[in-house]
Amino acid sequence: MLDIKNLHVKLEDEGREILKGLTLSVKPGEVHAIMGPNGSGKSTLSYVLAGREGYEVTDGTATLKGEDLLALEPNERAAKGLFLAFQYPIEIPGVATMQFLKVALNAQRKARGEKELSVPEFMRLVKDKAQQLNVTQEMLKRPVNVGFSGGEKKRAEILQMAVLEPKLCILDETDSGLDIDALRVVAEGVNALRAPDRAMVVITHYQRLLDYIVPDVVHVMANGRIVRTGGKELARELEAKGYAEYVEAAE
Amino acid sequence: MADQDTIDLVKDIDVDKYKYGFTTDIEQEFAPRGLSEEVIRFISAKKNEPQWMLDWRLEAYRVWQTMVEPTWAKVSYPKIDFQSLYYYAAPKAVTGPKSLDEVDPKLLETYAKLGIPLKEQEILAGVRQQGEKSTLDEEGAGATTPVAVDAVFDSVSVVTTFKAELAKAGVIFCSISEALRDHPELVKKYLGSVVPQGDNFYAALNAAVFSDGSFVYVPPGTRCPMELSTYFRINAKNTGQFERTLIIADKGAYVSYLEGCTAPTREETQLHAAVVELIALEGAEIKYSTVQNWYPGDKDGKGGVYNFVTKRGDCREAHAKISWTQVETGSAITWKYPSCILRGDHSRGEFYSIAISNGRQQVDSGTKMIHLGKHTSSRIISKGIAAGRSDNTYRGLVSAHRKALHARNFTQCDSLLIGDKCGAHTVPYLEAKTSTAQFEHEATTSKISDDQMFYVMSRGLSEEEAVALIVNGFVRDVLQQLPMEFMAETQKLIGISLEGSVG
Repeated sequence: MLDIKNLHVKLEDEGREILKGLTLSVKPGEVHAIMGPNGSGKSTLSYVLAGREGYEVTDGTATLKGEDLLALEPNERAAKGLFLAFQYPIEIPGVATMQFLKVALNAQRKARGEKELSVPEFMRLVKDKAQQLNVTQEMLKRPVNVGFSGGEKKRAEILQMAVLEPKLCILDETDSGLDIDALRVVAEGVNALRAPDRAMVVITHYQRLLDYIVPDVVHVMANGRIVRTGGKELARELEAKGYAEYVEAAE
Repeated sequence: MADQDTIDLVKDIDVDKYKYGFTTDIEQEFAPRGLSEEVIRFISAKKNEPQWMLDWRLEAYRVWQTMVEPTWAKVSYPKIDFQSLYYYAAPKAVTGPKSLDEVDPKLLETYAKLGIPLKEQEILAGVRQQGEKSTLDEEGAGATTPVAVDAVFDSVSVVTTFKAELAKAGVIFCSISEALRDHPELVKKYLGSVVPQGDNFYAALNAAVFSDGSFVYVPPGTRCPMELSTYFRINAKNTGQFERTLIIADKGAYVSYLEGCTAPTREETQLHAAVVELIALEGAEIKYSTVQNWYPGDKDGKGGVYNFVTKRGDCREAHAKISWTQVETGSAITWKYPSCILRGDHSRGEFYSIAISNGRQQVDSGTKMIHLGKHTSSRIISKGIAAGRSDNTYRGLVSAHRKALHARNFTQCDSLLIGDKCGAHTVPYLEAKTSTAQFEHEATTSKISDDQMFYVMSRGLSEEEAVALIVNGFVRDVLQQLPMEFMAETQKLIGISLEGSVG
């Protein structure tokens, strides 16, 4: 599904290298967790994969289902099935959440040569998914992320993911700012989307989220590289020992 | 060879962007070029006007000759040579408004191209009259209500639809030439009573040479049964368009009116100097909406319409209400301040505006709310969006006369910048001569952030779709003021106007 080889990325304006030869391979149906300390390059990885401006790829490749991701615009990546759940979802004043979902879904369907959904078809699709995530009709009428609480923002992100049905989901610090109840709702939403033809990359600081979204593979990231890979038990080990030894080893 | 390819390519792009840029090949009759008493007499004679009308025009002309062009607006353009223009152009076959069957099919074709199927509307209405409501409901899912249209082609009103049906309700909706013939007493009573001949340079010019426009009278206690609409089209070359609209809502009446405008793509600039006068008597309400999409000129600022317009409403008696809603996306230069005189006690004025500028467009627009009566209130919501190398200025005056006790105003001016080569300016004037007045003013300026663009694009929208979505969100408060039929159209228009504004 996702293949990253020897990826080197630097910041366009200051020239500092953030990713220093990162290699990662995620197969369909798998959930990979990427853990690591602040500043290890986790968020940069998610932004570069989704196509945010301001980064320069100096070496390496990243492909989605064999297709070169790095040559595509962010919207083209979305249409190919990539979805990034933002750590800090962005406000779009005046655009109702419901409208945003519909415009996004139909833009992707159009790009893929599929028929756009009519209003009733779309409403049916959203209704169930919103209910599962505790997203009320009232919330869907509000402008995207405007005045949303931390929990509401994250639930709205997962709802977007559920509606857009991506092939590769990248969750960037989805647990940050969530209390335990909100975390459970979000995790259930994510688990409901686990499927044999869908892969997920869960980026997190803490092991806590991985109690709810149990990964198949855990990676430790430090200083712009994957420095260790293991099973789900690796997360517990990190929780106990911390990242210090990896940071030192990577420097 | 390669150069030619480039030229063709650019041409294609331009035509695509401004899809109303075509011209209609139709035989036309012109007045002699330039402006003089003779030309004014020619226009007046063409329209078989009464002597008082001619005298009124000549007086305006005399006043105009003593006036100078205003220069206080934040717009710049080469000096206009008023003697090089034609002040009257009319499709030859048309001698006056007619029924649809007699109208030149080429004109109907033009209006169909512009998205106003006049003929269809009449037919649809016919179907409706026969009580076959069901077919209509199926097709439009309840969304299509008929709209009566007055179409003005260059200087002359060519056709007005739904006249008979409106007459049943007592509503007069016709061209102003026709009104002069059939209802001279109404025209004489109200014409120039809100915007006098010598009000300003362009209004005086208009008063001297206006050749047509729409006239509406809604009798006491009547709610106009449908939306009224005028469609203005400049076609002829080197021709100024000077239409004059007069709308009167008698006591307790209600009318909603929509105006749309387009012009062909031409290298030369075109002058448009219209006057709109609204009069709302006791308890009456007038809602006036404009979607202005005159040709804006090419990306280097060549060609385009100079839009110098005077629009003013008079809440002449108590509890009257006038509401202006404008969507301004076209014109090379816009100079326009739809205003309300709040004369009657408890009268209310509203101004909702979306002004979008791109390329080299210059917009200087806003409103005046003149509070004269007691307990008068007004509300201004202005959304300016500047892109490309354009300049976008909001200029507004809110004033309370010393007798305007407890006058209230709320103003909100928001500007959105796209790119770093455009400008947005807010110039509010507030004058309160009574201590009981309450004026509130809020203003913001923002940019579309990279974060917003990335977020929206990462959900599948292209760059231009993302800009259009964010801008549509920005103008939402004003969009909601538009009649339903025009909301969707306007949302699309916003997208088209901003094409090429990013990247």
